[in-house]
Amino acid sequence: MEGENGMFKQAKWNEPLIFKLGRKGRKGHILPKVEDEVKRAVGDVNALIPENMRRISQLRLPELSEVEVTRHFMRLSQMNYGVDSGLYPLGSCTMKYNPKINEFLANLPTIGMLHPYQNESTVQGILEILYRLERWLTEITGTYEICLQPAAGAHGEFLGTLLMRAYHKLNGECKKRNEVIVPDSAHGTNPASAAMAGFNAVVVPSDENGCVDLEALKAAVSERTAGLMLTNPNTLGIFEENIEEIAKIVHETGGLLYYDGANLNPILGKARPGDMGFDIVHINIHKTFSTPHGGGGPGAGPVGVSEELTKFLPVPRIVFDGERYRLDYDRPYSIGKIRSFYGNVAVLLKAYAYILSLGGEGLKEVAEVSVLNANYLMKKLKEIEGLTLPYISEKPRKHECVFSAKPLKNETGVSALNIAKRLLDYGLHAPTIYFPLIVDEALMIEPTETFEKEELDRFVEAMRKICEEAYTNPEAILQAPHNTSVSRLDEVKASHPRTMALSWRMYLKKNGQNL
Amino acid sequence: MVNPLGKHTHPYIPNSLPEIKREMMREMGIKSINELYADIPEKYRLKKLLNLPDALSEFEVKTHVESLLSKNKTCSDMPVFLGAGCWPHYVPAAVKEIVQRSELLTSYTPYQPEISHGMLQALFEYQSMICELTGMEVANCSMYDWASALGEAARMASRLTRRSEILIPKIIHPERAATLHVYDEPAGLSVKQIAYNSETGQISLEDLRSKISDKTAAVYIENPSYLGFIETQVYEISKEIHEHGALFIVGVDPTSLGILKPPGEYDADIVVGEAQSLGNSMNFGGPLLGIFACRDDLKLIRQMPGRIIGMTTTLDGSRQGFCMALQTREQHIRREKATSNICSNEALCAVAAAVYMSLLGPEGLRELGETIMYKANYAIHLLSKINGVKTPVFKSAHFKEFTVNFDGTDLSVKKVHEKLLQCGIHDGKDVSKEFPELGKTALYCVTEIHSEEDIERLAATLEEILIGR
Ligand SMILES: Cc1ncc(COP(=O)(O)O)c(C=O)c1O
Repeated sequence: MEGENGMFKQAKWNEPLIFKLGRKGRKGHILPKVEDEVKRAVGDVNALIPENMRRISQLRLPELSEVEVTRHFMRLSQMNYGVDSGLYPLGSCTMKYNPKINEFLANLPTIGMLHPYQNESTVQGILEILYRLERWLTEITGTYEICLQPAAGAHGEFLGTLLMRAYHKLNGECKKRNEVIVPDSAHGTNPASAAMAGFNAVVVPSDENGCVDLEALKAAVSERTAGLMLTNPNTLGIFEENIEEIAKIVHETGGLLYYDGANLNPILGKARPGDMGFDIVHINIHKTFSTPHGGGGPGAGPVGVSEELTKFLPVPRIVFDGERYRLDYDRPYSIGKIRSFYGNVAVLLKAYAYILSLGGEGLKEVAEVSVLNANYLMKKLKEIEGLTLPYISEKPRKHECVFSAKPLKNETGVSALNIAKRLLDYGLHAPTIYFPLIVDEALMIEPTETFEKEELDRFVEAMRKICEEAYTNPEAILQAPHNTSVSRLDEVKASHPRTMALSWRMYLKKNGQNL
Repeated sequence: MVNPLGKHTHPYIPNSLPEIKREMMREMGIKSINELYADIPEKYRLKKLLNLPDALSEFEVKTHVESLLSKNKTCSDMPVFLGAGCWPHYVPAAVKEIVQRSELLTSYTPYQPEISHGMLQALFEYQSMICELTGMEVANCSMYDWASALGEAARMASRLTRRSEILIPKIIHPERAATLHVYDEPAGLSVKQIAYNSETGQISLEDLRSKISDKTAAVYIENPSYLGFIETQVYEISKEIHEHGALFIVGVDPTSLGILKPPGEYDADIVVGEAQSLGNSMNFGGPLLGIFACRDDLKLIRQMPGRIIGMTTTLDGSRQGFCMALQTREQHIRREKATSNICSNEALCAVAAAVYMSLLGPEGLRELGETIMYKANYAIHLLSKINGVKTPVFKSAHFKEFTVNFDGTDLSVKKVHEKLLQCGIHDGKDVSKEFPELGKTALYCVTEIHSEEDIERLAATLEEILIGR
């Protein structure tokens, strides 16, 4: 398949580990000088360090010029695929276009060079931005107040479950209410966050419609229930129509309702978690609000809460007295801190610019087109032999749809993983695979609103070809990818105690080279 | 839809063009997008337009945000002597350029390693360099920040030792202590503080010995300490901890490790810290970059939180490659039994740190440490000559931050701060409330970006303010 005509070809630099590059004595950066007077007054700085605390061992880092460093990382970047490269339909991840103006603004020195402990009078501009962003996000989610501090969605979940804990503690029910309910379709962070906050995760199954099974939920709730974590639309892309009933069941037993905002994109301006009865809502700024994922982060995971829960939010809170913005630490019920300072501010600034670029109408358009695109793909992919759409296939999805490649696998041996790998050969990123857990051979596809019909059609075409190829020439798929920087990797080797090398140092040690 | 250009399409939404929508809907057999929303119960459909500002054109967004930001006064407008976990350092242009490469910037977590090889290699290089700096053998590819890394480290130690007490120094950033408490209270851990020697600030070994027991899961120290001095009794502390079967966790500012002994050499089991200082702007306190490293011991490695990139080969063995390793620790597989809930992290900040460390190299990192220590100690030298000012409070060696005490003057730290600010200088952080026993004290920070002139101006202005009374 290599070099197949008209196919994608990723850069394939034979770029060594940076430790193998360079020459002794080369320098990549010159630091500001230490002035003579400073040296004279201080004397030998190393003599100031107590002898037993001086670094004696050689720091084994490469020695490179700026030229080599830039080239090395530039080559690495060329062996990577981003949203700017093409469709990135990772379900649940909302890989939308990251507007360039946002990057420009977030790189201004007027934010970069701000220290978090500066006098409030010198940071009024950024506080105003954060304060207004909080107001906008409460409006969008239908919550009462927003805390911008969490660094990511899972961090927001952790905060959310801590808020549940604080709430029940104040009611003297913390010990008793030690269970958090999560659907079996939930993202792994939900049960993991609940566990971190000291709860037992109780799993409720989905019904034949792919939604929370109401009878099972009724059976699961009890006076031990601290709350329910739910994403709506859920991870199948299906709207939980029974949300009113779900909220009622949870609230009547004294539990709180938590909204995992990973799937907020398709309901922007169309419906709001707060209106549906959710007490705590997190937002994935790096999904819904267009900030780039940076190969894993940084993102931001603001948390919105109902009025009753505001007093528990981490300090400080940004307050505005009509004239000046202040950071308020005087919150006796606050749970305290979940991190240092106030949040991933540079990321939040991008969300601020994004909301301004779209306005209320624009955000609604974002939602609608994301749903249009997802349903368009769903309609087209349903026609492909080998794929099925579990859970009432006639029902519209919202932002994403989850196909199963089980028939294809049974008939040809080509699995969801193999399809994913073969898609890479087309210069398309793969969907999320094997999630949610309730779909066998899952392919979870979220196109977002920011890809044009032509690119969506290209994806459909690639999927059709791959599934056809599975029946005619499965070998090519089983060996894929062929056109990426590296061919299929041995993931078992990477985690096997005998071969595991998690750093250069560990690699050298394993290979008998002394440090 | 409304849009700044007055046309019915938005630059970020190519399919917002009405005829494309119609075309797609025709193929789908629907007449309106609202049909796709029919399953949302009527009562939850938002009937109003969101109350948000009207959309602006790109130029208007730019001028609006720029003008708000220009209300700020930054470290470029005035010398700022603040640190305390977020530090002003220079970020080389090459670092900024590389982290803006859109293939890295706009990619997701490398779930598909074959097409994400560049990011994987860069992150592996970051992990490897952190290991070299800290003297550890394994590092993950980032935590949210130092404080949350500490919270996770304590939980990890508790899982490993099946014990539930954590000892931390009395001298610690209050936000780190607060975060540790919030992370660890639900896991049933309790935190006790170890007193310090009032003369030197060093950990009181006596108090450590009286508090450590077979209930202790881990002892945590910071080096340099929150108040800037170098903790020197690391070997005694380490020995004490390990004799009790507890784990030794050390928190670091990596800019010190070109000249200070790495924690791996005094037998730390886990190292945490804040690597914002390596090539990342302060950005008003975030994003940050939490360091998390440990020894090459499978028991420890299997309890690590966060994503770890491992070296491997292609299946055919023809080529070296990288992928995420040990994913069975993580939430997407282990769910409620995962070692942590962390999913998205601070990967791009880690790439920035890798580029930064590559640019500086071994010599540069040593020079960085020396330069910082020279300048901080020059500030100590000048400030200590001022009548009524005592700096540092503790008789110990100081790296980049140091305490300045005003008990010998009749001004409060707050008053000094206000007067300096009027003169266009931002002093350090007031720690009088955090450590009442230290009196009227502030924590100053000096790095390589502060010139001799900045420091002399600080000293001269301070003197004027204090004498001018
Ligand atoms: C449904 C869902 N919930 C939670 C998360 C966790 O968010 P984050 O990665 O920002 O921590 C994700 C992201 O992968 C998700 O898809």
